[in-house]
Amino acid sequence: MQEIHIEMTAKTPEVNLDHLSGKLELKGRSIPENSIEFYSPVFAWMDDYANHPKPETALHIQLEYFNTSSSKCVLDILKKLQSINQSGRSKSKVYWYYEEDDEDMLEAGEDYQAIIKVPFEMVKIKA
Amino acid sequence: MFDIFDFYEKMEDGKIMLSFKGEITSDLLSSILKILESKLDHTGDEPRLRKKVYNVLVECLQNLYHHNDGADTNLPGADQSALFLIGRNSESNYRIITGNYILNSNVEGLKARLDKINSLSREELKAHYMNTLNNDEYSGKGGGGLGMIDIARKSGHKIIYDFKQLNEQFSFFSLIITIAP
Repeated sequence: MQEIHIEMTAKTPEVNLDHLSGKLELKGRSIPENSIEFYSPVFAWMDDYANHPKPETALHIQLEYFNTSSSKCVLDILKKLQSINQSGRSKSKVYWYYEEDDEDMLEAGEDYQAIIKVPFEMVKIKA
Repeated sequence: MFDIFDFYEKMEDGKIMLSFKGEITSDLLSSILKILESKLDHTGDEPRLRKKVYNVLVECLQNLYHHNDGADTNLPGADQSALFLIGRNSESNYRIITGNYILNSNVEGLKARLDKINSLSREELKAHYMNTLNNDEYSGKGGGGLGMIDIARKSGHKIIYDFKQLNEQFSFFSLIITIAP
């Protein structure tokens, strides 16, 4: 399997998926018109990674904006992480970043936290 | 009658930040969002408010992009252009207005969804959002019905809407979103 690195654009986030370190990262903004198209390679990579994960997996989500069509995709990524975690093969954790004054982004993280059975850490960053 | 000078003056003193009528394409969305992000940065408003407005803008514009029934020009009476306007009223509230053609057959469903959203409290909206998010359904466009719920949550105001029937096939759907500082 291969790492994935996707550069950030005005509408899509930087994506780094590293099976050697178990570090998965989404960073930037996610507001594409067609988010399923953008996230399909991420879904495919995670399905592959689920077969031979590292003992620990950390998913870092640092989004400045995301649209509602991305929000479904983010949930699917989290659900894939949840199954990896529940398989017992990789201890998983989500790091959810939000700017200190961005209550909406904190609340969005808490919404996911309520649905997904993986430990979350809310990480406050300076605006 | 529409007064162009009045419109010009309103634009000049910042009440109308941007207005547009025409076909909504992906490139156009990118340009409008870029312009408005830069305008929002210069308002001096708190980042929290600017982000809220930007988020609602993205959803409103993408609604126009995905759900413009008039874009199907094979239908009689179709008009593929949509209307978009953002401005501020005298209380400094942001106002976002959109307008687009909708098939008469889609009116009832959308109206029911909007009425439901408008009937919910803040906490109920959150629950409705999470149920819709987690229902495993994607719409053809990806959002699966989350857009309007998210707009209502972020704006904190009731959604004002209107359907004006134009002919046997189409109605004109207009939407007014308010975001208070």
